[in-house]
Amino acid sequence: MAKLDLNRVSMPKQEPLVRAKNFNEVALGYSDEQALAEANRCIQCPKRSCVDGCPVGVDIPDFILAVREGNMPEAVRVLKAKNSLPGICGRVCPQESQCEATCVIAKKGAPIAIGRLERYVADWELSHGQMQKPELAKPTGKRVAVVGSGPAGLTAAADLARLGHEVTIFEALHTAGGVLMYGIPEFRLPKRVVQTEVDFVRSLGVDVQLDSVVGKTMTVDEIVEDGYDAVFLGTGAGLPMFLNVPGENLNGIYSANEFLTRTNLMKAYLFPEYDTPMKIGRRVAVVGGGNVAMDSARCALRLGAEEVYIIYRRSEAELPARREEVENAQEEGIIFKYLTNPKRFIGNDQGWVVGAECYKMELGEPDDSGRRRPIVIEGSEFDIDVDVVVSALGTTPNPLIPTTTEGLEVTRRGTVVADEGTGKTVKDAVWAGGDVVTGSATVISAMGAGKRAAASIDEYLRSK
Amino acid sequence: MYRIMLREDLVPSIHLFKVEAPAVARKGQAGQFVVVRVDEKGERIPLTIADWDREEGSITIVFMEVGVTTRKLAQLKAGDYIANFAGPLGMPTHIDNFGTVVCVGGGFAVAPIVAIARSMNEAGNRVLSIMGARNKDLLFWEDRLRAVSDELIVTTDDGSYARKGLVTEPLKEILEGDERIDRVIAVGPTVMMKFCAKTTEPFGVKTIVSLNPIMVDGTGMCGCCRVEVGGQTKFTCVEGPDFDGHQVDWDLLFNRQRIYLEEEKKSLERWEQMSHG
Repeated sequence: MAKLDLNRVSMPKQEPLVRAKNFNEVALGYSDEQALAEANRCIQCPKRSCVDGCPVGVDIPDFILAVREGNMPEAVRVLKAKNSLPGICGRVCPQESQCEATCVIAKKGAPIAIGRLERYVADWELSHGQMQKPELAKPTGKRVAVVGSGPAGLTAAADLARLGHEVTIFEALHTAGGVLMYGIPEFRLPKRVVQTEVDFVRSLGVDVQLDSVVGKTMTVDEIVEDGYDAVFLGTGAGLPMFLNVPGENLNGIYSANEFLTRTNLMKAYLFPEYDTPMKIGRRVAVVGGGNVAMDSARCALRLGAEEVYIIYRRSEAELPARREEVENAQEEGIIFKYLTNPKRFIGNDQGWVVGAECYKMELGEPDDSGRRRPIVIEGSEFDIDVDVVVSALGTTPNPLIPTTTEGLEVTRRGTVVADEGTGKTVKDAVWAGGDVVTGSATVISAMGAGKRAAASIDEYLRSK
Repeated sequence: MYRIMLREDLVPSIHLFKVEAPAVARKGQAGQFVVVRVDEKGERIPLTIADWDREEGSITIVFMEVGVTTRKLAQLKAGDYIANFAGPLGMPTHIDNFGTVVCVGGGFAVAPIVAIARSMNEAGNRVLSIMGARNKDLLFWEDRLRAVSDELIVTTDDGSYARKGLVTEPLKEILEGDERIDRVIAVGPTVMMKFCAKTTEPFGVKTIVSLNPIMVDGTGMCGCCRVEVGGQTKFTCVEGPDFDGHQVDWDLLFNRQRIYLEEEKKSLERWEQMSHG
């Protein structure tokens, strides 16, 4: 046996200064040779510890083996047996803290690039036309309503359809995909990939009803009265948080949700071909340090901003964004201003933001989150000239459903209380999972919750 | 896709569509709105629900040609389809038996004020209505508003029909009169609503206005429609669109409505070139 290469095959990417000017995908994907070389690094260990690290339990060694053997249809089959959205996961899952973190090779060198191989398999299927359709169980005659078509909803819907249930997804927006469409930018997750995987879920017999704002167009109770045997709430965390500092409603200040929705869902980067406009900004400040902040900053740069700042109140070590995305942003020229926090925004006489007055911060003792608490340094105020500000401070669940549904238990943070193992809420026949339960988290954790809820719903429907 | 069942041109630049949207029609109430996207490349814009027919499953909207989206809409005819039509969104207008209510409608917002006046009338109120337009060519539905009001005053800015002047003048006279007024509802252009609120403020009469900031999703997701009411930031799409007119920060609303003036102009010029060139 050849000696194990401790380095993984690197991912080809667009050059930083080129990609900073376009919305095309940054990471280009493995070639056949690169995929084969990486697949060959997998030692097919008997422990299969990578599978334990996957929230949806993909049989990772088996699909890698199929890649190695050149049996791509089999690789697709294995992957999609557990994961209906592999093209999405291969691009946006934080594999470094999941399957790749538990890979045995990680002890010696770089773990197998599972995410890149997953993407390679999904892209192979996409480029080879015919989608494989898995076998569906015999129809059970039971109807399930899934509210929201983001990662949690799509996963729950796909699993329930495979188990033979009749599934309808109710989606508030005009396109299915939730945060995959409105939030994550084209250059990180092409919308063609999302729509292909949504189409796959539809091909399982799932009906997607767009423009259906549950809580307004119909309530959860009305859905149940309409003859659905169970309801899954996968409505995400769609309510933006602001800093609550003076000047925050000035023109030019966006929530990250608005900034990203205009850019991605409404395709404002193609204005005026598309009708939705966007303020480009010469100097853009993005407040926050998570993935959404990185996405916003990188969108601003691609839209044509001259300088883009990330304003973060802690230091580089505490950035909650994926390391890879921070590096991508840094390479593209995003300027990071650490230990900085806005005190107020300064406007001109037309009501437009022209600056941010910021405090310098220092780090104190660790807080509840385990990260060192940022403390204001009094008297340290200084101004930054900006003409667009994006507030990327996180989101909480939209109250539309909790406030219109009798008998749901909701926490002070606005999240819906559900059993961690099954997603069951305290309300009869209603399950919930994803960000609506956990607050903003990752695509794959939402998918895991959708999967667990689907299993629990199936069990409930079969015993009914 | 949502079929346009009926189109009426109320005046050359103001159109009525009756749209087949059974789910929205089941729930729609006075004061609520829908978010409309005309086609695949279209913007999402809010339009107030002017009427509904639960049995027929239809929603009536009335809009004026202003920007690209409303121009695109105006090109559609009965039998055509609108790509997206989501609602009913926002909170309904608070309807109750208040006593005597003044309903003020300006411009194309005469359409929603008819639904509000009718609901107020049905709830047992004495309804005094005022409707205004720039000139007589922009007036419509005088008969409909009259039918649901105990009294109706019509104004035109230029005096080309009925009383010359702004709606705030008869509003002030009513408030100065002997009759006790329990509530005022004003729906129309922002400047009209602001001055209605300014007119009623000295009299201490509760005045409800229906705000019309820029929106994107219309479900509380983006915060584009944030306004300040009583010093608090509110999302118009979920907490409004009706607010206490005496508490609204009008200057902020005017500023935020102007965010995309340049882009809107550019977009409209491009659209006009394409549709005529």
